[in-house]
Amino acid sequence: MADLINVIRDWLYNLMISWGASQDLAGFVLQVLGSILVVILCFVIVIALIWVERKLAGRIQDRFGPNRAGPFGIFQSFADIIKIFTKEYVTPTGADKSLFNIAPVLAMASVLAIWAVFPFAINVIGADVNVGVLYIVAIGSFGILAILMAGWSSNNRYALLGASRSVAMLISYEIPMVISLLIPVLLTKSMQLSAIIEAQRPWWFLIVAPTAALFFLISSMAEIGKAPFDLLEAESELVAGYHTEYSGMKFGMFYVAEFLHQYTVGALITIFFLGGWSGPMAASWPILGVVYFFTKTFLVYLVISWIRLSLPRIRIDEMLDLNWKFMIPVSFLNLVVVAVADRILMDLNLARWIYVGVMFALSMGVLLISLAIAGNSKPKVERVQFPTRPVAVSPQSDQSKS
Amino acid sequence: MLSYWLYIGIFLAVAVAFPIIAVSLPAIISPRKPSRRKQEVYECGIETEGDIRVQFKSQYYIYSLIFLVFDIETVFLFPWAVSLGKLPLFAVVEGVIFIAILFAGLIYAMQKGALAWS
Amino acid sequence: MSLGMLIFLLMVVVTTVAAVAVVTSKKLVNAAMWLMVALFGAAVAFVLLQATYIAVIQILVYIGAIAVLIVYTIMLTRDPDEAQEPGINKQWPIAAVLSLVLFVGLAYFYYTLPQTDVLAPALEGELNAVSLLGQQLVSPNAYVLPFELASVLLLAALIGSIVVAWRK
Repeated sequence: MADLINVIRDWLYNLMISWGASQDLAGFVLQVLGSILVVILCFVIVIALIWVERKLAGRIQDRFGPNRAGPFGIFQSFADIIKIFTKEYVTPTGADKSLFNIAPVLAMASVLAIWAVFPFAINVIGADVNVGVLYIVAIGSFGILAILMAGWSSNNRYALLGASRSVAMLISYEIPMVISLLIPVLLTKSMQLSAIIEAQRPWWFLIVAPTAALFFLISSMAEIGKAPFDLLEAESELVAGYHTEYSGMKFGMFYVAEFLHQYTVGALITIFFLGGWSGPMAASWPILGVVYFFTKTFLVYLVISWIRLSLPRIRIDEMLDLNWKFMIPVSFLNLVVVAVADRILMDLNLARWIYVGVMFALSMGVLLISLAIAGNSKPKVERVQFPTRPVAVSPQSDQSKS
Repeated sequence: MLSYWLYIGIFLAVAVAFPIIAVSLPAIISPRKPSRRKQEVYECGIETEGDIRVQFKSQYYIYSLIFLVFDIETVFLFPWAVSLGKLPLFAVVEGVIFIAILFAGLIYAMQKGALAWS
Repeated sequence: MSLGMLIFLLMVVVTTVAAVAVVTSKKLVNAAMWLMVALFGAAVAFVLLQATYIAVIQILVYIGAIAVLIVYTIMLTRDPDEAQEPGINKQWPIAAVLSLVLFVGLAYFYYTLPQTDVLAPALEGELNAVSLLGQQLVSPNAYVLPFELASVLLLAALIGSIVVAWRK
């Protein structure tokens, strides 16, 4: 019971060996089964998440969410899926058909492929590659290409405009995301995800490097296009941005990819800053590790939803100013401070809790000083002073002028 | 170690196959009644006119160039970060110098106003 | 035919087809996408050589940054209705003969030079490639000077791109 997943895997392996398959073939079939299982799990999770999101949005906005389709509206997602399945695919005239059809598939595949390297428990990892962190960032960048493809192939001026703007925002916010990812890598001295979780056994990286966690959260929210960074969905401005011309299941793929991306970002924050699958007794009972992993991910997902439903959208120039003028310099500063402090404190060989305390204080110091400096900087928009003039001019003075 | 990458290859194949299946299934079930009106490009209800070329903003190009420079910087920084445990303090200082040189470039770009969205 | 050989052949076929499609494609955006497929094939080649860090960097930099740059340039400066030039021009028979001669010459040199048949000696022990790379990058008697010069080069690229591309 404790090691359920590995028990099932070994049983299947021995079953196939007893049927006469070679060891390589049995291993190969197990890997295929494992990946299919994870992909199906992702789809099932998204179905549940859509319901959670709509109920939560309703409650925060002081209304009921969906409550007709089944008790508490839990069958709403299924109704939506059935509806989307039966919608017609409308391809706009002049659209580049091959790119038009590849874009939603690529958007979904790029988010799904991130799940290949996730550590679900102490010995349940798909692929524990030694460049896990960079693999995640690299596969995420396929999604950016999918957005460009979608905007270009729609043959729609507004879709192209929306795609260009959203890609500009996405690539801008990828820099502080990668720099904030450098800090757990630096503290672990390895890029393997399982090593990063092992290094968080005594203290989570949320405590050791809170600024990195905060900046990773903010830049990931910009990457997934959630408010206050959701200019991709700014209905009043650009209809629906890059997926204006999509209908039916192709739009459904973009929609599902967005929810799954939000959940995946929750999983990344869990792995890098919240200790992943670690928790009480998770090392000896791997099934508990899986439970902790998904629970922590869901909690981060709720936090992201909560922020999204509470804050208004910010303008694109303010958003890009925030990135280039505040987040990138402060992330670099934070990286330098953490690197130097980690090296010096490691040499001094202090007790664990002193180390954690000093790192926490330094990170918070960097954040607060940067916020103070940013708060004191002058706004660049000067208010134009119009001369006061009366609203209504009496006829005599008017005739005397003319 | 290569078996991990085989798993990633299998996973990528599965991750591409599932959306393809999901996108092709409705094509069998759903109606297919193309009409000229339906296939017109959407422009808030009015007819489309002119070409669809977006007005060229050099800003997009600048952002992607600067992103490329910083991307390659992180390519250098990842091995540095991974190997910090085995190196003396001046290795950290060398990395800080690397970051500082590019930071100066960022400040230059900021002062020039090249990073503001006009 | 082992699995590694199979994957290698698949990668070769995909990369070659994509490379030919880049050159002969009529629409520029399609050519850019085929270029990304060809570079993905190169990344698979790196994985087969166990240079996993280089493979991941290949995808990150090429498909994440350079593809976006190329597609931005094409999208923002091209009229999609303009007449697309044919992908192949009139001198293609001469070019085909020349490239065949080049290929035959290179293959001949590869098979007659003595060192190309010998495998490089394997490094012993548990290999932590990224950590070793990092140590080599910052140690004074290895590559620290190129490391710092690379940052100066990137700075020059940054400033140059602003000077060239930005108009007030």
